[in-house]
Amino acid sequence: MATMTYLQAISDAMRQEMREDERVFVMGEDIGVFGGAFKVTDGFVEEFGEERVMDTPLAESGIIGTAVGASVVGMRPICEMQFADFISCGFDQLVNVAGKMYYRQGLSVNITVRCPSGGGFSGGPFHSQNPEAWFMHSPGLKVVAPSTPEDAKGLLIAAVRDPNPVVYMEHKHLYRRVKADVPEGTYETPFSARLAREGSEMTIVTYGAMVHTALEATEDLDVEILDLRSLVPLDEEAILASVAKTSKVLILDEANETCAAGAQVAALIAERGWEDLDGPVVRLSTPDVPIPFSPPLEQAVLPQVDDVREACRELIAY
Amino acid sequence: MATETTSEAAGDDVPADVSEHLAREDRIGLLRAMLMMRGIEERAMTLYRQGKVPGSFYDGYGQEAVSAGPAWAMAAEDRLCILHRDLAAHVVRGVPAARIFGQYMGREGGVTGGRDGNVHFGDRTLGCVGMVSMLPDMMLVATGMAMAFKMRGERRCAITWFGDGSTSRGDFHEAMNWAGVQRLPVIFVLENNQYAYSTPLDKQFAVDPVHRAAAYGFEGVSVDGNDVEAMFEATREARERALDGGGPTLIEAVTMRMHGHAAHDDMKYVPKEQIEQWRRKDPIDRQVRRLEALGVDVEAVRAEVKQTIDAGVEEALNYPMPDPATATDRVFAEQPALLEDGEAPWSGFCDGGSA
Repeated sequence: MATMTYLQAISDAMRQEMREDERVFVMGEDIGVFGGAFKVTDGFVEEFGEERVMDTPLAESGIIGTAVGASVVGMRPICEMQFADFISCGFDQLVNVAGKMYYRQGLSVNITVRCPSGGGFSGGPFHSQNPEAWFMHSPGLKVVAPSTPEDAKGLLIAAVRDPNPVVYMEHKHLYRRVKADVPEGTYETPFSARLAREGSEMTIVTYGAMVHTALEATEDLDVEILDLRSLVPLDEEAILASVAKTSKVLILDEANETCAAGAQVAALIAERGWEDLDGPVVRLSTPDVPIPFSPPLEQAVLPQVDDVREACRELIAY
Repeated sequence: MATETTSEAAGDDVPADVSEHLAREDRIGLLRAMLMMRGIEERAMTLYRQGKVPGSFYDGYGQEAVSAGPAWAMAAEDRLCILHRDLAAHVVRGVPAARIFGQYMGREGGVTGGRDGNVHFGDRTLGCVGMVSMLPDMMLVATGMAMAFKMRGERRCAITWFGDGSTSRGDFHEAMNWAGVQRLPVIFVLENNQYAYSTPLDKQFAVDPVHRAAAYGFEGVSVDGNDVEAMFEATREARERALDGGGPTLIEAVTMRMHGHAAHDDMKYVPKEQIEQWRRKDPIDRQVRRLEALGVDVEAVRAEVKQTIDAGVEEALNYPMPDPATATDRVFAEQPALLEDGEAPWSGFCDGGSA
């Protein structure tokens, strides 16, 4: 075990995979000599050279499209979107080319697209988004979102080895804020949920940075917290099992409310967990607005610790 | 401005020899590939009118040279991203007629097994990737293949086709720029067939895109797209340049879309004189004149093609429709399934190397 930040764990996953597998390389804007906007690939170019740590033109469609091309001839590219928000410029290549390739013609697309996502630090409308639901709605893409350093490493290694396009949502706010023990060497974290904390009075279903918000908000409460880790595939059995156990559920998203990952979870519970419920399915998420820049405005829209605590108290009392 | 000039081998003239790298069997093979394309598409149109081909139907009548020539220059280990009016490329790589008819009819035995329709297919086991409808997305995929070849130090090349309308989209720029910056072994074939659906060239671009290649730092050549041997030769040269580290080439194939965008399109927007002018430059007629001058029994080639197509239709009509229970299968891959080598019939590859 080594103690690592979430960011270091992501770097470690890529470094280990690149050392073990010649097919793995990283590509993105400013990731080479500069080491990336968040320094995730700091030192990589020195170890692996400029071809495997590729500074690309400023072209997100180009990054994803060429990664698809490299993958179908046997490579395993890891693409970095400088910010998750910029993936909108590569949407077509991801959704129409990568996502549908295997279904249409039996040709597997082994690419990983790393997306530094999320808000909480005045990034404003173009550097704070959580666009995971766009890709949940697009057949053929897997979507994962780790909350801990251990899972950040294991999910990324699993993504790189997966013969499908995987959208890897890494929350920027966790990069240096979260630090924990991480196993050495390589290991794969399964694309399934984990219990972040056991509890009995109610369940919070969440993922990414909101796992930490949920933990902090319920320190003195008997609340079970289910960290989804993977949104596609969605661990339906783990969700239903926890709801069956506690009978009450709060679904917490940092993403905009409409059709967010949590909406799918709510639909699942309504459809298959109805008999187990002892209270309304409660959702807490960001309203359908662009993420504002100024701190009081941003805090007003992103779910805060106090919001979660209040919602839990109400639901437990129901 | 893009032109409609060709080598003016119209009428009854025998077209000039433009390549020193084609043996007699290659020149017959090029004709055969074009005849297969035209014959398969004509038969598929009949099947469409009989209600056996769902959706719409797209063909490449009059553009057969644009895919036959370049595909002929590609080695088994090269990789192809093929557009919807380029059926001859699939034929050259070795896709049997039956699987093409099965594809059109949405049958189990079609190349995509009914998952996608008409010309949206590529047989991965023959090194081909099927197109998507968003054009020219495959330019970036081909660029990425070339990027991998270069990274691994392999003497291979990627090729892709796209139309004049595609040059207006951002992916054209991203691919051209990327390939130029990294000097990648990729060949871009621009099928300038005068119309993007109904939109003529003068509403598409202010400068013929072949000139843009220079702005990206590589060569752009304009070729008579109705001369299959000229298309072969331009591609052969581009491939040699790519393998020698000379980077990408943009080949503009100047041709004409002789039918509508798809079966429903009566192309009222195309002046009749324009069609007539191009009909005199038919790529198959021109290759036939070449071969007849060489004493080739062209009728025997036609007869063999017809027989092959007849057998293909019959086989495909016996393919079952796909099982509805499988519609949600195979969204995700369990194991890697990558591109494999295709057929490479050019006699220049007979020594086993990249001629």
